[in-house]
Amino acid sequence: MDEQVIEKIVAEHHGSLGGILTILSEVQAKYGYLPEDSLRRVAATTNVSLTDLYGVATFYKAFSLKPRGKHLVSVCLGTACHVRGAARIAEELCKQLGVQPGETTADKEFTLETVNCLGGCALGPIVVVDGRYYTNVRKSKVAEILRKTRAGLDKPQGNHGFPLTIQCPHCQQNLMDPAKPIDGVPSIHLTLCWNGGRHSLHLSCFYGSFVSACDEEIPVDSVVGIVCPKCGRDLTSEWTCLECGAGMARLLVQEGAALMVCTRSGCKGRRLDLDTILAEETNRPNQE
Amino acid sequence: MITLTINGLEVSVEEGTTILEAAQFLGFPIPTLCHMEGLTPYGACRLCVVEIGEGPNAKLVSSCTYLAEQGLKVRTASKRVMRARMMIIELLLASCPQSKIIQDLASKYDVRQQRFRQEYEDCILCGRCVRMCEEQMMAKAIGFRGRGQNRSIGTPFDIPSDICRQCGGCIYVCPACTLRCTYTEPEKAICGGCANISPPCIQKDHFDDLMCYMDPCVACEIKKE
Ligand code: FES
Ligand code: FES
Repeated sequence: MDEQVIEKIVAEHHGSLGGILTILSEVQAKYGYLPEDSLRRVAATTNVSLTDLYGVATFYKAFSLKPRGKHLVSVCLGTACHVRGAARIAEELCKQLGVQPGETTADKEFTLETVNCLGGCALGPIVVVDGRYYTNVRKSKVAEILRKTRAGLDKPQGNHGFPLTIQCPHCQQNLMDPAKPIDGVPSIHLTLCWNGGRHSLHLSCFYGSFVSACDEEIPVDSVVGIVCPKCGRDLTSEWTCLECGAGMARLLVQEGAALMVCTRSGCKGRRLDLDTILAEETNRPNQE
Repeated sequence: MITLTINGLEVSVEEGTTILEAAQFLGFPIPTLCHMEGLTPYGACRLCVVEIGEGPNAKLVSSCTYLAEQGLKVRTASKRVMRARMMIIELLLASCPQSKIIQDLASKYDVRQQRFRQEYEDCILCGRCVRMCEEQMMAKAIGFRGRGQNRSIGTPFDIPSDICRQCGGCIYVCPACTLRCTYTEPEKAICGGCANISPPCIQKDHFDDLMCYMDPCVACEIKKE
């Protein structure tokens, strides 16, 4: 273990008790886990007792005191995923990897862990491998996920969460544009109305990435209109942005949810919504 | 000064006094387990529940951590309080039946049955030892580890601590297993009769296993069987 590394990390974040979490997570990012010496070193340099550090390190699931494998497989066992059969997925992963949750395979390739809700309940059961989200996982998909990971395919592009496939809520047409990739994958194509003109707008399809491209310079803070480029219908909804209060455009996610995007340029208000879809799903049979 | 009513009696106390202290001042008995004079209130065992407020707003709080408020109406032995207290004792019995203190509490409050799955924990996580070690012995050699079901008390990495001076303070305050601290008077080490083991300590190598957090203690051995 490199003492200077630890001292540098500590120097950057020390000062408050709250800094401890950041320090520990950075140490963990460095070594993949929290080695005993590193904890002792942190205790010595921060004057926080080792007992407290150990308490924190064992309290949070994000920290591990045991070395972890090259790939981290997290299965969500949260309530929503659970009712959608996450337990069976976890079982299948245990079987195929030959380890129990919390353990690492003998070849140090995979560490399996269970987590309680990843915040993507609408898309469950969810399995996250090295930051790449697999949604609606079926038992039959497990082998494929592991194979892809072993082969090193399917690396996420940056730290963006998971990609969504977007449709127009009116015409149900796919709005993904392979001709204009953002973050390395097809982007969401929309039409933006501003100042009487229509422009084409591309958004990253990663929930958590705010990269976008527009063929017109839109001044920050102006509220724009969003329409479907396929059917031309207005996508703005009655929802308002929690960040800034402007209206939000409502897009359909293929996996079954609604993605709300704030219509104020520069605002990062985004929201993945399950309720509206559920409501629609229950209404739909009546309409047909 | 703050004036509050406990079981219909008015009492004035200094600001910052807990309900527990006020009630004790008036002589109303409230059982406690995790509370200990000289240690910061912790509110872990909930044994000291009392009911505050009136009508639909009445609620149960732990008196050892609740500070007296002006005009507060407190009941220390209402039906609701007694029911909650008995349930807490029953749960304690379910997890740690070998503790003399808990057995005594059960008999005092007439808890005659234990309807839960029987376990033989050696710790009820009341945190007395942790606070003792930190606040009175200024050592902080032991602490809480893990969370939820896996929460436990011990030293970091489960190895003998180099801060620990083996003062035995932690053992002395432990309510879960009185066995541990009767070693100076071995004939009093009668508890654990239910588990039918011989008195500890006296039959062991002299004082070797006394530091329960350093070595297996007798409660751990009950569990093993
Ligand atoms: S329950 Fe699995 S993401 Fe929320
Ligand atoms: S004595 Fe008050 S909660 Fe334990």
